[in-house]
Amino acid sequence: MARILGGITTSHIPAVGNAIANKMFDDPYWKPFFDAYPPIHEWLAKVKPDVVVNIYNDHGLGFFLDQMPTFAIGAAHEYHNEDEGWGLKPLPPFQGDARMSWHIIEGMVADEFDITSCQELAVDHGFTVPMQLFWPGLGDNPDIPRAIPISANTVQHPIPTLKRALDFGKSLGKAIRSYPDDIKVVVLGTGGLSHQLDGERAGFINREFDEMCMEKIVTDPESLTSISRHELVEKAGAQGTEFLMWMMMRGALTEKVNVLNQNYHIPISNTGAGTMLMECVD
Amino acid sequence: MSIEEFDHHTPIPGTTLFDGEMAMKGYALNKMCYSFNGAAARQEYLNDPMAYYAKFKLNEAQIQACENKNVLEMIAAGGNIYYLAKFAGIFKLSVQDIGAQQTSVTTEEFKEKLLRQGD
Repeated sequence: MARILGGITTSHIPAVGNAIANKMFDDPYWKPFFDAYPPIHEWLAKVKPDVVVNIYNDHGLGFFLDQMPTFAIGAAHEYHNEDEGWGLKPLPPFQGDARMSWHIIEGMVADEFDITSCQELAVDHGFTVPMQLFWPGLGDNPDIPRAIPISANTVQHPIPTLKRALDFGKSLGKAIRSYPDDIKVVVLGTGGLSHQLDGERAGFINREFDEMCMEKIVTDPESLTSISRHELVEKAGAQGTEFLMWMMMRGALTEKVNVLNQNYHIPISNTGAGTMLMECVD
Repeated sequence: MSIEEFDHHTPIPGTTLFDGEMAMKGYALNKMCYSFNGAAARQEYLNDPMAYYAKFKLNEAQIQACENKNVLEMIAAGGNIYYLAKFAGIFKLSVQDIGAQQTSVTTEEFKEKLLRQGD
């Protein structure tokens, strides 16, 4: 049966992709951010997951407002990025695991989560930046796992509640663990933490709230479900709602987890950047 | 939590919740910006902006906001920041440039403000 080894969180800011392309790892601005990643590389090299479930939020590449799924799961054999309007370079295609995607979709719909399935899905920086961060070299990296993208709507309100996000993760975890193949899986929760790009409050960052979220997501994620969506916007900023991805990831892990690595740094671009590696404790 | 408990419309200063109301209001503008995912569309826009606004049926306020390259006006006209970012990309504006414009400071001052929050 499939096993979930752990979960990893990271911000997925587009500027990180540029910094990687320009090898800014030792640049004074970037070093406090990139220093969080080598210990995660070591862990991944040791445990060698076969599949990564990459939970992110599409930012207007894969989906438009004409049809906006609350929860969408990729079921393609491979995934491609696009230039997103900024002239981003094409990356090598990401190999999917369509058979496992369908198993997850079957399992979660049976569990009463109504999923949008996507046999084609253009993946944006929310998906690609974490892949670049965790598996440097991408296509040239022999350890890169097969990927299953999951996107939740944070573009347009109403967005899912924090409780729904955590429950989604629990159902996702059940579906993964019921997969008959003897494979190892890691789950990514990408995005966040606090930031706001739009309005007169642009540039808002909230260290205190972010640090509380990073603590509670380990010890007591249920307690975070009492935060309303409105409060989340107020405390984390309009785009800090990406914390929902962290909740979805956390739900898929075991109740108890060991934190093997964590980092928090302000600012990366306009964002409080949080990185965490949590190992499941069976 | 019951639906009654959730107040969708308590204002958060300096923040526009992009909800169904805004999604209706800004549909044409956002659809145009979404098209800028493609390089050919960006070029078509640059060749003749007025024709491109007409193609997507933007209203007067939306056209004026785009012509002014004014993000707050675009948001007021129903723009969603994720799509507006693609409009900004045509003019090579970063999220710091956009943040500076919206908060009436220079880009350098805006970057300084971000750095200070790390102290």
